[in-house]
Amino acid sequence: MLNEADIATLWLTFKVASLATVIMLMLGTPLAWWLARTTSRFKGICNALVALPLVLPPTVLGFYLLVVLGPKGPIGRLTSELGWGTLPFTFSGLVVASVFYSLPFVVQPLQASFAAIGQQPLEAAATLRAGPLDTFFNVVLPLAKPGFLTATILGFAHTVGEFGVVLMVGGNIPDRTRVVSVQIYNHVEALDYEQAHWLAGSLLAFSFTVLLVLYSTLKTHPVAHQLK
Amino acid sequence: MRIKTLFTLLLAVQGLCLTSIACAETTLVAVAADFTKPMTEIAAEFQKVTGHEAKLSFGSSGKAFAQIESGAPFEVYLSASEKYPQELEKSGLVVPGSRFVYAIGKLVLWSATQGLVDDKGEILKTGGFKHIALADPSHAPYGVVAEEVMTSLGVLDKLRPLCVMGENISQTFQFVTTGNAELGFVALAQVIDLNTGKIGSGSGWLIPDELHGPFNQTAVLLKTGAENPAARALVAFLKSEAARAIIRKYGFGSPE
Repeated sequence: MLNEADIATLWLTFKVASLATVIMLMLGTPLAWWLARTTSRFKGICNALVALPLVLPPTVLGFYLLVVLGPKGPIGRLTSELGWGTLPFTFSGLVVASVFYSLPFVVQPLQASFAAIGQQPLEAAATLRAGPLDTFFNVVLPLAKPGFLTATILGFAHTVGEFGVVLMVGGNIPDRTRVVSVQIYNHVEALDYEQAHWLAGSLLAFSFTVLLVLYSTLKTHPVAHQLK
Repeated sequence: MRIKTLFTLLLAVQGLCLTSIACAETTLVAVAADFTKPMTEIAAEFQKVTGHEAKLSFGSSGKAFAQIESGAPFEVYLSASEKYPQELEKSGLVVPGSRFVYAIGKLVLWSATQGLVDDKGEILKTGGFKHIALADPSHAPYGVVAEEVMTSLGVLDKLRPLCVMGENISQTFQFVTTGNAELGFVALAQVIDLNTGKIGSGSGWLIPDELHGPFNQTAVLLKTGAENPAARALVAFLKSEAARAIIRKYGFGSPE
C-alpha cells in the first residue's frame, strides 16, 4: 500500500501542479491571445520560445534553471537582493520551473481555439458597441471554453508527470520538494519495487482518468463540433 | 557495376578483420557515475594493451542494476557499492567467483568557494550555511557514506533540515559547483587535481576512512559476458598494476 511518505509526495505534487496551472493560465491567456492575432514579425520567435520545452530534454531546462536561478545567476542574484533568497530547493522554485516546463501545453490549445474563433464574432460584437474587454469576456471566453478545458487539464497533468526538471532544481527534500515522480524513481533505485508499483500504478490510473475525461468531454461538447 | 565494387570492398574489409584483428572483441560495461574519469582512461589503456574495446555506459549504480536485472546486455558491471553486485549474484546473473573490489571510494566535503571548508571539517559543527548537498542515501552509496560521516560527528540531526539530495554523485556535484548548495559531500575523483593529487579548486576536506564504514566499490563479470574474451580480459586488466595506478591517480583507494 501507499505509505505516509508516498502520500506526502502525492499531496505536494498536487499543490505544485495546481499552483503552476493557475499561474500558467494567467500568463498563457494574454500570451496565446496575442500569438493568435498578431501579425508582428516577432511572432515566429515567440512561438518557437514557447514551444521550446516540448523539444528540449527536461534535464537541459533543469540545468539552465539551476544556473540562472542559483546564487551566481542573474535571476538568483536579483531574488537574493530582494531578500527572497534563491529559488532552487524550494517549493516556489518547483512552481517556477514547472511553469516554464508546462507552458506550451497551456498556450498551444488556447492559441488554437482563439484562432478558430476568427474575426466575425469580434466584428459582430463591435457593431453592437461592445468594448474589447466586454467582447473578450462575453464572446471569446465562452467560445474558447474547450480550449481552456484542454489547457487546464494538460497543463496540470503534464506538471504532475514531470521528472527531469524537478530532479534538477528540487533537491529531493522530503515534504518540501520531493514530488511523486522522484519518489517513484527513488523506490526503484532502492530496489523497493513493490512500493514503486503502488505509486506508479496510482499515477497511471490518474493519468488515464484525466485523459479519458478530457477526450470524452471534448467529444460531446457542442462547441467543439462547431470548431471543427 | 557499383554494387559489384561495393561487394568486393566489403569482402576485402572482412578479410582484413579476420586476419589482423582476429581476436579483438568488444565488451559492454556498466560503470558507476563516480568512476567515469578513471574508467575512460582505463578503457583507452585496455584497448592499447589488449586490442579489445570496452564500451562504457555511465550512470547511477542502482539504475544499471535495474537494467541488468531486466536483461540489459551489459557484460561487466562496476558498481559503487557492494550491495548491488551481491544482489545480482543472488539472482544468478553473475559468473560465480568473479566478484572483486576494484577501488575504494573516497569522500570529500567540498565547496566551490575558497576558504569555506576548513581541513578538519569543523564547519559541519559551526554551521553558517543554508544547504549541504549529498547523494540520496536511499539508494546512492556516496549518500550512505556521507550520512555515516555526519552520524560519527554527531551532526546528522542538526544538519538534516539543510540536506539537499542529488540523484547520484554527478548531480550532487552539480548542486555544489553551481553554488546552489554552499557545500556538499562529493567524490574525491570529481575535485582532484591530477598533477598534485590534491583538491584542485574551491575548498575541501578529505574525510578520514575511520568516520565511515567500508566503501568497497565492487565489480562482477556477468553471465552475459562469460564467453566473451574481451569481458574476461577487462576484468583481469582491472586488477593489473597499470589499472591500479590510474585508479590511485584519480584519488581512489586501491584494494590489496
